[in-house]
Amino acid sequence: MAQKVVDAVKAKFGDAVVATSSEHGDEVITVKRDKLLAIAAFLKDDPAMSFEVPVFVTAIDLAHWQPLGRRGAPDEGTRPAYDAEASDGLRFEVCYQLRSLKHRHRLRVKVQLKETDTKLPSLTPLWAGFNWQERETFDMYGIRFDGHPDLRRIYLYDEFVGYPLRKDYPKDKRQPLVRRPDLVGDH
Amino acid sequence: MLELITSKLEDAANWGRKFSLFSYPFVTACCGMEFMSVAAPKYDIARFGAEFPRFSPRQSDLLMIVGTITEKQGPALRRVWEQMAEPKWVIAFGVCASTGGFYQNYHAMPGADQVVPVDVYIPGCPPRPEQVLDALIMLQDRVQRGDGHSQIRLKREKIMLAAANAEE
Repeated sequence: MAQKVVDAVKAKFGDAVVATSSEHGDEVITVKRDKLLAIAAFLKDDPAMSFEVPVFVTAIDLAHWQPLGRRGAPDEGTRPAYDAEASDGLRFEVCYQLRSLKHRHRLRVKVQLKETDTKLPSLTPLWAGFNWQERETFDMYGIRFDGHPDLRRIYLYDEFVGYPLRKDYPKDKRQPLVRRPDLVGDH
Repeated sequence: MLELITSKLEDAANWGRKFSLFSYPFVTACCGMEFMSVAAPKYDIARFGAEFPRFSPRQSDLLMIVGTITEKQGPALRRVWEQMAEPKWVIAFGVCASTGGFYQNYHAMPGADQVVPVDVYIPGCPPRPEQVLDALIMLQDRVQRGDGHSQIRLKREKIMLAAANAEE
């Protein structure tokens, strides 16, 4: 049903749409980063689109990702390390889910980011509901949203170093704030 | 002779303490449901003299850590424990409070005993109310024997003070 939306975006922005796909009936478009703001404004304001509900924003770390057919054993030891060259330097996908109550259609907008340059324009000025979710994405993945009114950690404490949902964050690494003084030493 | 009297006095005080535990429920997660069940009439923790949940740590002497403790909560938990009246006891309620449970990651503390000394650990996810009552009886034994963490610490401090005074 949202195929109309995909066609409209493609017709209006042409090359800015890198790829489109359909996941279980949900339309997905991948767009270029420098056109994200224009496309988002079009999706929100055009009467035929009118995506007024910001459902969620999150990121995907593709560091160990392989296409479905090539997926090997799930064992961690056999996972290939992140190969920046093979993946063209692309590592993160930021993913916005939008919904229109008026037209009852929905659309997922993705932007691909390089490992070395994790910036993209914030959509909080358009949908205030993305404010805390963009902060969460920053907190967990270190994606920097330009133009966000208050981009700082939301779940974790300020002393935390690194971004825990990145695939290269060690799963058993802990950053305690406080420990028992009587346990330190030879107990 | 004096030693005998003070030790008997301590026994009597401990007997009183074990039947009037004032609990502070530090409830963070789903174990809280089981805690409510224990406190409610069906399992009725009041039968063991611990019926009064106080919602200020300053009025309580039993800290029940009910649920997962995250690293971010650590300072708050430590502060609650420091504010409680002496002598005080701590129960880790459920496997998350005891060891971190199935959380092995960046945010979960591997057991509340990283931050405060724990007297009795209750396993289970969540534990059955019977296990909680069992743990309470174990804690009562411990209170009576006088070997809870804070009781031992207070005794040690008293001995150190006496030794320092004798030296002078």
